[in-house]
Amino acid sequence: MSVVTNPVTMPATHPEAGKEDNYLTHSSGFLSWALTLDHKRIGMMYLVGVMSAFALGGVLALMIRLHLWTPNLEANQAWLLNKTYNQVFTLHGAVMVFLFIIPSIPAALGNFLLPIMLGTKDVAFPRLNLGSFYLWIAGAIFFLFSLFATGLDTGWTFYTPYSIESQGPVIAATLGVFILGFSSIFTGLNFIVTINTMRPPGMTWFRMPLFLWAVYSTSIIQVLATPVLGITMLLLAAEKLLGIGIFDSRLNGDPIAFQHFFWFYSHPAVYIMILPAMGIISELMSVHSHKGIFGYRMIAYSSVAIALFGFLVWGHHMFTSGMADVTTIVFSALTFTVSIPSAIKVFNWIGTMYQGTVSLNTPMVYALAFIFLFTIGGLTGLFLGALSTDMHLHATYFVIAHFHYVMMGGTLIAFLGGLFHWWPKMTGKMFNDFGGILSASIIFVGFNLTFLPQFVLGTRGMPRRYASYKPEFQLLHQLSTIGALMLGVGLLVALLVLLHSLFYGSKAPKNPWGGATLEWECSSPPPHDNFSSAPTVGDPYDFSKIEFDPKTGSYFKKK
Amino acid sequence: MTTAVAPSPTDHEHDAHHEHPAWLAHHFDDAEQQFDAGKLGMWIFLVTEVLFFSGMFCAYALYRNRNPEVFEFCSTFLNEKLGAINTGVLLFSSLTMAWAVRASQLKQTKTLIGMLGATLGCAAIFLGVKAVEYSHKWGLGLFPGKYYVSQVEGAPHSTVPYLWYLCIPALILLVAFVLYYVYAFVSASKFHLRVAGPLVVAASCFFGGVKLGQVLEAEESHGDSHASAGADAHGHEHSDHAGHDHAKEVSAPSVNLLGEAEVVTHDVAVSPAETNTPESNVNQKGMAGLFFSIYYCMTGVHAFHILGGMAVITWLIVKSARFEFHSKYYGPVDNVGLYWHLVDFIWIYLFPLLYLIT
Amino acid sequence: MSAPTADHTSDSHDHGHGHDGDFSHPMPIWMLLAVFFALLLLTVATVYQSTFSLGNLEVWMSLAIATVKAGLVIAFFMHLLWDKPLNAIIIFSSLIFVALFLGFTMMDAQGYRENLIMNPALLEDSQPAAVKVELSK
Repeated sequence: MSVVTNPVTMPATHPEAGKEDNYLTHSSGFLSWALTLDHKRIGMMYLVGVMSAFALGGVLALMIRLHLWTPNLEANQAWLLNKTYNQVFTLHGAVMVFLFIIPSIPAALGNFLLPIMLGTKDVAFPRLNLGSFYLWIAGAIFFLFSLFATGLDTGWTFYTPYSIESQGPVIAATLGVFILGFSSIFTGLNFIVTINTMRPPGMTWFRMPLFLWAVYSTSIIQVLATPVLGITMLLLAAEKLLGIGIFDSRLNGDPIAFQHFFWFYSHPAVYIMILPAMGIISELMSVHSHKGIFGYRMIAYSSVAIALFGFLVWGHHMFTSGMADVTTIVFSALTFTVSIPSAIKVFNWIGTMYQGTVSLNTPMVYALAFIFLFTIGGLTGLFLGALSTDMHLHATYFVIAHFHYVMMGGTLIAFLGGLFHWWPKMTGKMFNDFGGILSASIIFVGFNLTFLPQFVLGTRGMPRRYASYKPEFQLLHQLSTIGALMLGVGLLVALLVLLHSLFYGSKAPKNPWGGATLEWECSSPPPHDNFSSAPTVGDPYDFSKIEFDPKTGSYFKKK
Repeated sequence: MTTAVAPSPTDHEHDAHHEHPAWLAHHFDDAEQQFDAGKLGMWIFLVTEVLFFSGMFCAYALYRNRNPEVFEFCSTFLNEKLGAINTGVLLFSSLTMAWAVRASQLKQTKTLIGMLGATLGCAAIFLGVKAVEYSHKWGLGLFPGKYYVSQVEGAPHSTVPYLWYLCIPALILLVAFVLYYVYAFVSASKFHLRVAGPLVVAASCFFGGVKLGQVLEAEESHGDSHASAGADAHGHEHSDHAGHDHAKEVSAPSVNLLGEAEVVTHDVAVSPAETNTPESNVNQKGMAGLFFSIYYCMTGVHAFHILGGMAVITWLIVKSARFEFHSKYYGPVDNVGLYWHLVDFIWIYLFPLLYLIT
Repeated sequence: MSAPTADHTSDSHDHGHGHDGDFSHPMPIWMLLAVFFALLLLTVATVYQSTFSLGNLEVWMSLAIATVKAGLVIAFFMHLLWDKPLNAIIIFSSLIFVALFLGFTMMDAQGYRENLIMNPALLEDSQPAAVKVELSK
């Protein structure tokens, strides 16, 4: 326990010395977790859930890459049957998108951190929060069913008319997506209400940490876009069950309408995935540079702007689907607007580091990797938003590389950075910093080795989702596969570092990094009720009063 | 949404400055904060509902814009009177729901339970009428999409007792509620009596709705001497307004000219320009079938929302029977009310868009 | 229409510390009834207007009446007139997004509908025939 005294935010310790009360030790037994209403425990359960989903999706990704080691020109000699390959990439995409990336940061880290950063005891609707978690579990079960029923081969987008004809368990998968959608909606709803109605005195909108701004913007998208996915999936299930024909061209239905419906959700969903990651990076940049964030308001506004602009650009996924010419031009032009708020953020993060005292520890290394990878991912997105180049690049490996740079290089790296950053807070244990930096370096190199060759493959015309390819592409594919294996090793190292810390890590101090936001003012791990009384709220990025205390190894706030 | 969580004893230690009554969840500071949070949550949920329905409205707009003649043709199969009656019933249920909110604020528990019961009853009547509408259409073979059966004059009605199938769940519920009422009566539990009464009334209302629907439906068919499938569709214009004759003229040829239409559509990919002509064949799966897909999706999803609303209103009745609501804790009634009005709101648009096309 | 008690609607983040006052404001019964009868009247009006043949205008007329009805429901039954402004903003912003969704999709569909091709084989298949009717027995 830290000896730093701060009368207002003194952690709620039990009077009896030695016995520390935190949310992990508050009660015990399986049911105390399964029926918990504590946002921190729900966040931890989500964390375990999404990381398991990520492991599953990762194994599927490695299967894809291993299969593509050889050109597989003769299908019967390939490692996987063509049919199996289709199922593997479909499940890789669906599991990663719906079970991992979308819930990863908001539901796992967001759930844990949002009330603490805000200075409240819990989210507004704790039962609904637990309900969201079980909806996630239910949706995951539907997905696992479609995994074991082996046959879902539509791609994660479920495009009609193929999804109507496919013999795979499309209905199970669509219902899974439907349920997961509600999980996501309820989480977003909970967060919006919590931030709107439960801020303690002094916590004005512009004293909120930028992570909360990002989560808030994400929640807006979740609430507005996800229902459209819900109805789309319901209509698709009805299409399979009852042959309603709304998306079925054989019944005079309109398959392009399906794509409009689908992307009205799924493009904003890209921002559900990346916005919270940007929020994490804002925190990491500032805390580990020990310097106030540069351009706080612009970052906050740009989060909201991305959330809103995200609704205007969905058509850029459909340039080659048979859209009208006018619409393609409009959507292409609108697509470029999203780059403005994104660029503002990158500029401000770099501005934050300028003249700061950068501590190059694990979270910061991840954050730096994020900036590099996200910038590549974002800029290559512009090629795809431009009509003429998209005609050439659409549905090639260029697209694959682009969105992996954003989704994986962006969201996953930020997720890991955030996980390492808040790990001491969540578990009360310090991890081995060298191991963490090692994992970040391996992941960074492995990632680029995997996906940079795919940009080249794409521009040379390698189409996505193909189980075989021309022999001239083999070298690039093999580089990519080697990179994927390296990436896998890096992720394993990260996992080992975290697991190691649980058993052998030293006790985490209250504020190991020198953060100024509220979560660093309660003990590590936080007590059951977060704050015994409403905390005093100051500027979340004012580092002038934060000082290091070598005796405890912790930072503290001077009075 | 915001149900009070009884604070555990340990929580009280932290909340020295605020006495937390049982209905106030421990993480809220006061009653108003709890109310505001619940209400904001409900409004956001309504936003998701609006966007959820918007998908189907979009499909409607796409197909109506593309094939207006299909909508004109198919709308004649929808019974305008039943739609209008149901609109009135839902509006009345909104009135009683709003009244229930008022009663909960004023702690008039008797009125509150009465109003909630009335709302539940109206919902049941609505579903009863809907059951008649659905079963009538199924009898004619007006199924969605690929199961649509092209309508031919003089074709026999289906003999499958669809209406019975739809009534079975309601019948089971009615029996269960009556048994519950008897139990409440025997055990002389005032609480159970307060709950069981409205439930029995509501379940019987479903059959009232069915009867009402049957009477009105029969009235329609009666006005027409030959109760055949195709004629039934036109029959219902006979009864009321002269203005409908015009619509009849538009849709009638499409049925009668089936023979010629066959020739036109054999080998051509039909472009919308061609389908806009009244002679084209709308009476088939890809045309009328699509309309009925949209019709069943919209009204069906709406009906599921009614069912969900009935479930939560029942929960409210139980809570009211325990005298839980008062001027500082009526959030659940208010929020369910908001949900119920939204369901009404959606129907207000569905009615003219589906039933009143001429 | 003035609110019975409308003063407490403070800003959303100021959740009324200190005044544990009464935040409920029951609607007067006459107002509820008046709204209900207005709604009934509008329903009759919309049924009545559908008997005229107004061509393209018809759908807009019925939508206009429906919107007035929906407005009454939202303003009075749903109590939005007395609610926090934030809630009103939220529900109306949802309509903006619906408009965006429908607008873009419809605009695009107008453009590409010339290119849509129905499956001729199926058209042939779905011609009305006695066999098909038997399915419903």
